[in-house]
Amino acid sequence: MSKTVPLKTEFIKGLWKENPVIASLLGLCPTLAVTNAAMNGLAMGLATTFVLVMSSLMISALRKVIPHQVRIAGFIVIIATFVTVADRFLAAFFPEISATLGPYIPLIVVNCLILGRQEAFSSRNGIGRSLVDSFGMGLGFIFVLVALGSVREVLGSGSIFGITVMGDWFNPWMIMILPPGAFLTLGLMIALANWYNDWRATS
Amino acid sequence: MSNLSLSTRMILVLTLITVLSGGILAGWDMYTKPKVAYHRLQALKAAIGHVLPDHGMYESQETETGTLYFGKTDSLAESPVGVAFMAIGSGFQGEVRIMVGLTPDLMKLTGIKVLEQIETPGLGTKIVVDPSNKQDPFWFPKQFEGIVVSPEIVVLKNAKPSANNEVQGITGATISSKAIARIINDKIKAVQKTLSSTEGRES
Repeated sequence: MSKTVPLKTEFIKGLWKENPVIASLLGLCPTLAVTNAAMNGLAMGLATTFVLVMSSLMISALRKVIPHQVRIAGFIVIIATFVTVADRFLAAFFPEISATLGPYIPLIVVNCLILGRQEAFSSRNGIGRSLVDSFGMGLGFIFVLVALGSVREVLGSGSIFGITVMGDWFNPWMIMILPPGAFLTLGLMIALANWYNDWRATS
Repeated sequence: MSNLSLSTRMILVLTLITVLSGGILAGWDMYTKPKVAYHRLQALKAAIGHVLPDHGMYESQETETGTLYFGKTDSLAESPVGVAFMAIGSGFQGEVRIMVGLTPDLMKLTGIKVLEQIETPGLGTKIVVDPSNKQDPFWFPKQFEGIVVSPEIVVLKNAKPSANNEVQGITGATISSKAIARIINDKIKAVQKTLSSTEGRES
């Protein structure tokens, strides 16, 4: 059945229609926690995408070998391996980002976005399709994290990617870089996306 | 594979996955470990340099109160220009790690540097940097330079410091300000005790 879906559709769906955060509300914990600055959102998004793509490749390759009864245990070990690789990579080459993101990199292991894609897609589809699917989902995740981080950083610190964009007149909204700012911004983003989808469906 | 019994297959596949995962991680760790250690050392050196501005090199010494770093102008100098050490304690929300520099007589601070903290963004984080004070963002940590540590450092609320052991607290972050003084005071007492007892033994 899935063979009839063109590869392009498999890729595009993760960006908007089945976007992991906006449409499926998956992986909300890191989404809310690390997006107090655009750079943190980007780093988190890239690390998650790396883990997602690598795990999907591995799991789709092994999908006929792993017995159904122990698939979750197998998936988690594979995911945890790539998470540790990503965590040590950041600690070795980007110590500042590693220190800022702290425990949230190891916590990618339990990001339901990743296990969700393995269960729903990679364990049922070939390597090529899984690669396209996970890459699209990863990009969709990066898109939301960077957008969320940018909005919060501009309003909360007056800068974007560490570059000051607001003048001296601007008084930072401290709440935007605190946890409530994450909930407010994400809620408004999802509302806006739903409103747009409704509007497109009716017009 | 398919002619093996299910339980044998489960054990075989999971064992293979975990062994492979362990192998990959062991190799990756061997590659990244020296790089991570290098960054830690650089961060330590930078912190000691910040709190002991006059030192050219340092010698570390393990004591019962933790590692002490004796800063000297060069390797031939006999008496140290100061002693630096890590002070760790709880702030408002979690652990605060501060590098503290003392004069050789252990009576005055040469400087402090907060290395790790998770205080409230925009309030407690002023212990590191205060972006709202554009002229002097580091006014809080700077106050500790040259301050007398006996009988102890005192943080004042809503008052200008008048004695040479007083610093001004941060408005809206009294607990964080006082925590810094408490963490430093406690550690200094322990260091003074350790150093006076070792000197007693030597003479």
